[in-house]
Amino acid sequence: MMAALTIETAGPGITLQDRGRHGFLRYGITAAGPMDPLMHATANRAVGNPLDATAIEISTGGVTVSAEDAPLEIALVAPGFRVSLDGAALPVAVVLNLEPGRTLVVRAGAAGSWGYLAVGGRFAVAPVLGSTATHTRSGLGGLDGRALAGGDRLSVADGRPGDAAPQRLIAPWLARDPGTVRVVLGPQDDYFAPDQIAAFLAGPWTVSPRGDRMACFLDGTPLRHAKGHDIVSDGIAMGAIQVPGNGLPIVLMADRQSTGGYPKIATVIGADLGRLAQARGGMPIMFRPVSVDEAVAARRAERDILRAPVAREPVVRTSFASDFLLGLNLVDGVTDGRP
Amino acid sequence: MSAALTEPRLLDAGEAALVVEFGNTVDPAINDRVLALDEALGADPPEGLRERVPTYRSLMLHYDPLVLDRATLAERVRTLAASTATQTAGTTLWTLPCCYAEPHGEDVAQVAERTGLSIDAIVAAHAGATYRVYMYGFAPGFAYLGGLPDILAVPRRPSPRPPHPTNAVVIGGGLAAVATVPMPTGWYVIGATPARLYAPERDPSFFIDAGDLIRFEPVDTATFDALAAREAAGEPVARRWEAR
Repeated sequence: MMAALTIETAGPGITLQDRGRHGFLRYGITAAGPMDPLMHATANRAVGNPLDATAIEISTGGVTVSAEDAPLEIALVAPGFRVSLDGAALPVAVVLNLEPGRTLVVRAGAAGSWGYLAVGGRFAVAPVLGSTATHTRSGLGGLDGRALAGGDRLSVADGRPGDAAPQRLIAPWLARDPGTVRVVLGPQDDYFAPDQIAAFLAGPWTVSPRGDRMACFLDGTPLRHAKGHDIVSDGIAMGAIQVPGNGLPIVLMADRQSTGGYPKIATVIGADLGRLAQARGGMPIMFRPVSVDEAVAARRAERDILRAPVAREPVVRTSFASDFLLGLNLVDGVTDGRP
Repeated sequence: MSAALTEPRLLDAGEAALVVEFGNTVDPAINDRVLALDEALGADPPEGLRERVPTYRSLMLHYDPLVLDRATLAERVRTLAASTATQTAGTTLWTLPCCYAEPHGEDVAQVAERTGLSIDAIVAAHAGATYRVYMYGFAPGFAYLGGLPDILAVPRRPSPRPPHPTNAVVIGGGLAAVATVPMPTGWYVIGATPARLYAPERDPSFFIDAGDLIRFEPVDTATFDALAAREAAGEPVARRWEAR
């Protein structure tokens, strides 16, 4: 019998995501895919999966899972969240063996908006238009095009047990300060006067709590348009920052529409999309303009990080020094023993 | 065609997408150039070009900058845009059955009020025109159509109406569209087609491309129901004509 991962409980916004649904934007099909591609890839890498394999994207709604029929190797990467196995706290970037009868709990913590759970083997989910990525607005991908819910059972093909003891993942590249986000200006920066471009870059902007997989809304001093706020609809890239009539920028994320009719003052570079996605409501951010070459270099550096396996170390619950040092990067509440 | 000689603007949308902009208006001549470049790149795509998204007046090219650098792509685009000026749109014509009667033409009476036309005149005007698929966008399979007769040019609603049914035939803002997936909309729903422009489980999932032409063929409610049953059984009810 095929092993399975059971969703015991799930808050809103927990979805299955692979690399995204590519090739159908010209027909109005959104790519979807992970909000934080680097973190998603890190979780997959940690269990030896292809970097773009299907994994569970965990929102601040939190999730509780258990294994059915056979033990499963699990990688969980959720900086800022609280993670526990049968009530014992775990690091927030960890590989573990989930035996049937045990319960893995992930809850929102002090920071972070998205975490990822990958399983050694693969979630046996049928792709739609070439991808398992869930896009709930159009009902595509994942389980029947919807978010996961308590009672769902995800079959795992080629599942295998992990090492007996949980191991901490050493992934310092996930310690990203969301404060300054790099952008390439355009494609419609000419719809704004120079002083408004300067105001956009200086900010500061505050991330609105009403963001979701579609968009990150920013609060601050409204920008003024030089040539009105309507353009003839054109394509929208992930990370495009559109400025609608009210002057408050909206960063369009994984579940964005494929085209739109507001001027886009700038585009967040690929390497910084995940950092922005992780920002919680109320967090201040600023933008820094970079060249296309600089953005490509950042993207290349991000790709190269995951060429090597993700290093692991035993979870040492008594070592203050180790926890303290790692706490600077990733760790939240590792040793307090509470769920 | 003198428009063919103007160079498109190349605008970066980050480091992984390039917008090739031929103009900033809704204009068949501009859209022709968008579609011609789209076709030329599709016939011989450079490695690393991931997606081509034609819109009214621009072509968005999504690319992997670690495989295809911007300068190489830009050079290719400039060369093709200068040499590919022939009209490629309008070689395929589709006829789609359309039922304008209740319960499908939910908003026909409102359009009659706003235009002063009778319902019969609205149907005759809408079904008498030939439309061009300018682009898809907004939602899966949502096809933006140009060619709406001027007498049907009602502005879009100031605020959206409740979600329309699947495959709604809609007008608004001087344009027409087929709206596949139920959503709140600022357009007016004047009918529905039993043809599914978008069916994710079908191969191909989409059969009408940007640049194709569409005509609507009025059918009554009983015919609509019969055609919808055929479509659901896997027998496409849209008919294709080569107009070349």
